[in-house]
Amino acid sequence: MKFPIYLDNHATTAVDPRVVQAMLPYFTEIYGNAASRNHAFGWGAEEGVEKARKQIADLIGANSKEIIFTSGATESNNLAIKGVAQMYAEKGNHIITAATEHKAVLDTCKHLEKEGFRVTYLPVQGSGAVDLDMLRDAITDKTILVSIMYANNEIGYVQPVAEIGKICKERGVLFHTDGVQAVGKIPVNVIADNIDLMSITAHKLYGPKGVGALYVRRKNPRVQLTAQMDGGGHERGMRSGTLNVPGIVGLGEACALAQQSMPEEMARHRALRDRLHAKLATIEESYVNGSMESRLPHNLNMSFAYVEGESLLMGINDIAVSSGSACTSATLEPSYVLKALGLGDDLAHTSIRFGIGRFTTEEEIDYVANKMIEVVEKLRELSPLWEMFKEGVDLSKVEWVAH
Amino acid sequence: MAYSDKVLDHYNHPRNVGALDKKDPNVGTGMVGAPECGDVMKLQIKVNPDTGVIEDAKFKTFGCGSAIASSSLATEWLKGKSVDEALAIKNTDIVTELALPPVKIHCSVLAEDAIKAAIDDYKTKSALPAQVGAAV
Repeated sequence: MKFPIYLDNHATTAVDPRVVQAMLPYFTEIYGNAASRNHAFGWGAEEGVEKARKQIADLIGANSKEIIFTSGATESNNLAIKGVAQMYAEKGNHIITAATEHKAVLDTCKHLEKEGFRVTYLPVQGSGAVDLDMLRDAITDKTILVSIMYANNEIGYVQPVAEIGKICKERGVLFHTDGVQAVGKIPVNVIADNIDLMSITAHKLYGPKGVGALYVRRKNPRVQLTAQMDGGGHERGMRSGTLNVPGIVGLGEACALAQQSMPEEMARHRALRDRLHAKLATIEESYVNGSMESRLPHNLNMSFAYVEGESLLMGINDIAVSSGSACTSATLEPSYVLKALGLGDDLAHTSIRFGIGRFTTEEEIDYVANKMIEVVEKLRELSPLWEMFKEGVDLSKVEWVAH
Repeated sequence: MAYSDKVLDHYNHPRNVGALDKKDPNVGTGMVGAPECGDVMKLQIKVNPDTGVIEDAKFKTFGCGSAIASSSLATEWLKGKSVDEALAIKNTDIVTELALPPVKIHCSVLAEDAIKAAIDDYKTKSALPAQVGAAV
């Protein structure tokens, strides 16, 4: 076994060596500018880009012409939401999103609020699900866009995207989804799901960092966007800037590989995740955050009551995972996603997210489970809260001396 | 975040973990922090009533590594000190000893608060007239 063990695949993934191989010629041999139309270097680069466009489109059931390349999902989310808001401002000024979205969506919406747009942030249920009736009720004749992520990056909750898409279509509202955690991991089809715009990034599916894409529907309806970057008018005028050819080729190859291996990989991930879950569930006072029903197969997020998350990470320092504890964030606030599920701050502080990946082995899962059990036990010996819990004290009734 | 060697040492080998009898009149208990804030420290001292010297100190902490290290260090420093000497321990002494970064200063403040709370509790208890055998 190689240490440290990487179980943080929702943050980023290793680049698959096959992806690296596909990219290499585009650095030193086929290094032309894909926009150079008058020589072989440009044609070669363009060919690579168009092959990648097709590979991405095939993975999500789209047409090649509907793929716009960007620098990653943060840019895709900005382009989709701001681009739609500005293009359709005459039609309406209302946007609907959810409390558990990624900051790239939430902060983009907050930016638009300052420009006079109105944003509804839908609460979620304990599982992480958006309430569809609440969504229906929130749509008004001023609503131009609904942006709900496909799957959540912390708790792996997979939203009922097809139903959300259907509601949006019926009401004539555009539907954007942040597909970062789902694309390449579970089947995603923009036609079946009635998705109008979808953000994708390469580095979450074994491709390189710094490259992503935005799916923009061209038919039923034809979605238009106001460009956020002015320049040479690349990407059908929606995103200027010289294309990152090696990165794009990498994204394409990563999508093709994901499509080939998806059924087998999903089953393998699910088996590893369930194995980890079964072992960790033997820990007293441990809780799964989110729902085991509608969850990405490679995600597990659990809270271990009375043990603070950062101290837990310190004890498992040969394992790379992340925590919803305040101490691991810059703001000293615990995870807003877990809080949106209705989790108390105390449990949010004790949460750990495990992200299984293509290169995770069963041996690693067993090591992680045993180490977690050992460290939780050790830290509970140190925990005054655990002592009080064992003495039967109701911690919610204690008057704490907050500082 | 990288931890100092001293924080790691206290985290890996915490000193004086445990509990003293809360009902013992010579024991002072301080508990500060809140689970919602991500840290709770319980610090206890046992004072020799004749000499006024802290003979034993124990802690339990729910919190990050720096919080655990701050309270572990505090118990080490408390042992052998008089109550007045103990009151002179400042959070900045803990920051310096453990090389805590600015975001972790609140852990040292919490440890100082825990020391003061334990001493307060001891003083309150020892000021009370003995209950057992009191005149009827």
